[in-house]
Amino acid sequence: MKKKIKNYNLNFGPQHPAAHGVLRLILELDGEVVEKADPHIGLLHRGTEKLIENKTYMQAVPYFDRLDYVAPMNQEHAFALAIEKILKIDVPIRAQFIRVMFCEIGRILSHILNVTTQALDVGALTPSLWGFEERETLMTFYERASGSRLHANYIRAGGVHQDLPGGLEEDIAKFCETFPKVIDDVENLLTDNRIFKQRNVDIGVVSKEDALDYSFSGVMIRGSGVPWDLRKSQPYDCYDQLEFKIPVGKNGDCYDRYLCRIEEMKESVSIIKQCLAQMQKGAIKSLDGKISPPPKKEIKQSMEALIHHFKLFTEGYRVPQDEIYTAVEAPKGEFGVYLISDGSSKPYKCKIRAPGFSHLQSMDHLIKGHMLADVPAVLGSMDIVFGEVDR
Amino acid sequence: MQNLTDLEKRINSELTTKINNTEIKHNQIYIEIDKDVLVDVILFLKTNKDTKFRQLIDITVVDYPEKNQRFKIVYLFLSHEFNQRLILSYFINENEVINSITSIFPSANWMEREVFDMYGVSFKDHPDLRRILTDYGFKGHPLRKDFPLTGHTEVRYSEDKKKVISEPVKLEQNYRNFDYESPWEGTKYIKEQTDNNEKKN
Repeated sequence: MKKKIKNYNLNFGPQHPAAHGVLRLILELDGEVVEKADPHIGLLHRGTEKLIENKTYMQAVPYFDRLDYVAPMNQEHAFALAIEKILKIDVPIRAQFIRVMFCEIGRILSHILNVTTQALDVGALTPSLWGFEERETLMTFYERASGSRLHANYIRAGGVHQDLPGGLEEDIAKFCETFPKVIDDVENLLTDNRIFKQRNVDIGVVSKEDALDYSFSGVMIRGSGVPWDLRKSQPYDCYDQLEFKIPVGKNGDCYDRYLCRIEEMKESVSIIKQCLAQMQKGAIKSLDGKISPPPKKEIKQSMEALIHHFKLFTEGYRVPQDEIYTAVEAPKGEFGVYLISDGSSKPYKCKIRAPGFSHLQSMDHLIKGHMLADVPAVLGSMDIVFGEVDR
Repeated sequence: MQNLTDLEKRINSELTTKINNTEIKHNQIYIEIDKDVLVDVILFLKTNKDTKFRQLIDITVVDYPEKNQRFKIVYLFLSHEFNQRLILSYFINENEVINSITSIFPSANWMEREVFDMYGVSFKDHPDLRRILTDYGFKGHPLRKDFPLTGHTEVRYSEDKKKVISEPVKLEQNYRNFDYESPWEGTKYIKEQTDNNEKKN
């Protein structure tokens, strides 16, 4: 007698350590082979876009920290660039270097987390222990510049909130000397590791066509051999004054994406070094009193400064009517802000384009025919953070 | 096409009547079309060898409740080959159904689901039009301008019923949205006054 066997449905998450947050993945399994994956997202949806519509431009900045909370400043950067383009204001050169430097620190923060947790997902514990020590150091740099380790609220339209405190530049320079050694150590553990390669090589292969069709960006598209990086192709701030290479993969599998991230971290260290070398003393935010708040000392002495301060923190600055899309190369891919201003001090509409959203969408396509155990490996290599996917 | 003005000319000459308006600003090209020609225009932009907008970046909607045609649907495209960005838009009425472009760009799937979830715009021929970001069983479309910031219902665990229940939002104090608009810098009448003064001088 023949019996028809039904496929088995498995609920992966929302509380699963390898789901990298609150992902509920409904897997249809034929034995151990995945037939279909249906990601349910939105468990971390906070209505960021709605909230931003109800806040002034300055009050909206902290919401961007809470999107991809692994690399907060990269997102603030996209929002600041959008406003600056509409307002047509110039950012002082020192502020540009500070912003780029902290964006690269953000990139390292994000890549350390991703590379080491990807290793953790496939069974290697040590890299995460080593990597997190470095993340701790980087987050103290965040704290010393902005006052908080994660939710920085540091990059403003027209520059940055405040100048770097004394000694920070030297400490970042010191970190740049010691950090490459840590990358080498992690590489020693993983790059030629037999188990790591067995779990990642030829898993989750993305072809060039797929990468374009599924709106991939960042490492997901570079891993498949498309040399595309917004820092090079559409440079913003001072990226055109810096020299760096764009690592590109060949096979588009999880392993190539891992290699890209490792190389990108090395490039980021070199960018940070160049920033530190080229940085001059000077202004750190636009001198336009209608946009950047005056220094505390002036508020006590100048009536005009007092009025500016009061108006900036009640009404906020106004942004003329316009429509713009700006994107930055965030660690996870193209992070964009589509901003519509209506001439008031609040955005009329602010659509956030998160790279992880498109990446996660392709989960069904990528995982079909793989084994159940490959799900965490593919998910890990996509670099999903739910703050930005769910918004 | 290497530069944007050439591209603008090319698109205008190829698609002529299908294009309502084109504009170049912020180094991007903005195109307005009609709802009916959407699929034709997108196919052209994707496949033509001079445009090659191979990647759909995002789909979104802007809500103008006071306008005749309420929703503005916006498509963002990127051409890697020519390093150009294009923003395509058209207006629709509140209950109009629009064509899905999932068959042209597979990535449109979730983007259209999000638009449906957030604004309640429906798509024809979409393979799987479900809500995506909001909770299971959620009612309303949160990004519409007439949806209150605080929402309609709140969720809590009821000790009596031993389950999670949702009930109407009860606020201790109404949400306060202060109007800070002031004549400071650039409201019309100040500008008009200064303009007039300058004219007199």
